[in-house]
Amino acid sequence: MSGERPAEASPLLVAIAGAGQAGSLPSPGCAIMETMAVGRLPRDGFASPEEVAGALREQGYIAERGLAVAIFLALKLQRPLFLEGQPGVGKTEVARALAGSLGSRLIRLQCYEGLDLASTVYEWDYARQMLEVRLLEATGERDRSRLRREIFSPEFLLKRPLLQALEMSDGRPPVLLIDELDRADEEFEAFLLEVLGDWQITIPELGTIRAEVPPVAVLTSNRTREIHDALKRRCLYFWIDYPSFDKEYRIVRARVPRAPERLARQVVAFVQELRNVDLYKAPGVAETLDWAAALLALDRTELTAATVEETLGALLKYQDDLHRARQELEQGLLERALARPEAR
Amino acid sequence: MTGNLLGHLVRFARELRRAGVLVTPDQAATFAQALEYVPLSDREAFRLAARSTMVCRQEDLSTFDQVFERFFGPGEGWPPAEDRPFPGEPPQLLQRPAVAQAPLITPSGEGKESARPLGDRTLTYSALEVLRQKRFEECSEEELEALKRLILEFAWASPERRSRRLRPTRHWERPDLRRTLRRTLRQGGEWIELAWREPKTKPRPLVALADISGSMERYVRVIVLFLYALAQSRYQPVEAFVFASRLSRITPFLRRREPEAALLELGRRVVDWAGGTRIGPALHAFNQGWAKRVLGRGAIVLLISDGWDQGDPALLAREMERLQKSCYRLIWLNPLLGIPGYQPLTRGLLAALPFADDFLPLHNLASLEALAHYLERLPPRRSARRPGALAFP
Repeated sequence: MSGERPAEASPLLVAIAGAGQAGSLPSPGCAIMETMAVGRLPRDGFASPEEVAGALREQGYIAERGLAVAIFLALKLQRPLFLEGQPGVGKTEVARALAGSLGSRLIRLQCYEGLDLASTVYEWDYARQMLEVRLLEATGERDRSRLRREIFSPEFLLKRPLLQALEMSDGRPPVLLIDELDRADEEFEAFLLEVLGDWQITIPELGTIRAEVPPVAVLTSNRTREIHDALKRRCLYFWIDYPSFDKEYRIVRARVPRAPERLARQVVAFVQELRNVDLYKAPGVAETLDWAAALLALDRTELTAATVEETLGALLKYQDDLHRARQELEQGLLERALARPEAR
Repeated sequence: MTGNLLGHLVRFARELRRAGVLVTPDQAATFAQALEYVPLSDREAFRLAARSTMVCRQEDLSTFDQVFERFFGPGEGWPPAEDRPFPGEPPQLLQRPAVAQAPLITPSGEGKESARPLGDRTLTYSALEVLRQKRFEECSEEELEALKRLILEFAWASPERRSRRLRPTRHWERPDLRRTLRRTLRQGGEWIELAWREPKTKPRPLVALADISGSMERYVRVIVLFLYALAQSRYQPVEAFVFASRLSRITPFLRRREPEAALLELGRRVVDWAGGTRIGPALHAFNQGWAKRVLGRGAIVLLISDGWDQGDPALLAREMERLQKSCYRLIWLNPLLGIPGYQPLTRGLLAALPFADDFLPLHNLASLEALAHYLERLPPRRSARRPGALAFP
């Protein structure tokens, strides 16, 4: 299979050419973000997983080798990337960093139960259509098929994330992030399986719309429900684990650059130690970053028992876990963390 | 890629399958494609590429790593010579899997049941009535066989929950603009009537946690049959776990076609049959490892135990509270509750019961039927729940 792509993008939407302003209206349940960085590398410009890791690092994302390989292959094979892991290990962040380094637009679809066609693919702008019906009536239009054609024209189409993802911008396919797929229901999963297969969507009134170049799809799941294997097998799969000390330290340095080195080391050592405690929800990287930022805001330069006690709420979000952690603190959790060789 | 390497890959995929990682031909083909982009000389990249294309479940990752190491051997000598087999490659095709050890639960009967008659013709009405009321542990082998047929034939109807997906309706719920517009157009642009949508209902997930410790031994067979019947019925989705001193998930075994096969598999895989009961730690393990994965969507939890807990009551109370908070309804089923004059006074039960929404008996067929009716009648929306307020039946 060749990884070559057309250099110049022709208009993507076969059926809807020049679809007007309607599609850019914000829709409920989805957020569309334009990435600011202009990427230097086209989608296929990566020659190796190491280059992928390097490009992500420039975006402030530290990826381990396995993830870099999975992303690299997802780009080369034009397959979706499926990321699983505990909350707060940086699954969503992968899509953001990837879009940044590719210079692509990021389209995000946040999943929830009951997600339907109208909020994921397209919706007709009923209010305007009804108004149009009235206007046409006023001009004496009585031909029903003409009426239908007028009403169901691209002008009245509201494009939702999946439909938008079929369009290129600046000659690049967008990055499509389907976030927390486990929150959607089986019906949406089944529909998605079809879309991820052939990247085409049929709108009965308009015809079939196909992506010339498939978007870079990133799917994430927190595993509050098992996603069907059929969908996962179609993707490149990667399980993001809690990071090692070294990786987490680099993440903290990249994301909270103002934090002094010594504090960063202590913070990461403490979080790593805390993850060994039997907790209901162990702190993720997101919590580590929050905590580092909180300590910085309080002008703390090193960890003390009092500081940890004051700010523990940034790391642990369950009462039971806070209770448990306090017990461990009494038994020398902080001292153990600070005694680790990496912490010094 | 050379044909030889492709042969290795096919055998590697087969090894994975034998170790229980289901690799589809499609996935193996994706890996072969991926090798066009990953240099063969880099063993680690090769391994990672195989991992991301051939595995799609976290549970399988460690098995994959083991099989990979065994099959492709240690790192030195990489990349492998074209004609040399990998160290871990089986010399001949098709090794039969090791013969299973003797099962801990011996199946009764011949194990292969032919098509069952719809009603049980071997029992007269009055005999059936007697059997319905007879305590499980007092049943003879023949009566257990009859019970088994009855339980397997039972039609389980699922309680429903309101989902957030909408369907068309005639009731005035929420306006359906899409259909309204279509109707309007059909009437030549005349507004005649509004169309409506209402929330769809879906079956509520059911999670069963069954105690298989020593004191529950007499009930275990019937309970497993009951779980099997649930899992096989149209009542979906069902997740089942058993515990004595530790927790095991048994859902996969319940999907077997024959109940005896399910029992056999269970006997082989579950290690602590008839061990001591530690409900607290078992619930802890469930809350930590499984609750988030199986209790979404308003699940009903059936906790089947006699409450003879040897652990710390404070831990049990804490885990019960957490469990109750993360499910729609926590129902404690107790086989001893059918004994006249039984008082739930063990320390464990006293600690745990304030957090159970219902405390129901499970000692004979009649109580199973009552449970089915009870589940069916649970409201589709969450009813008000007062923590700690449980009326003893």
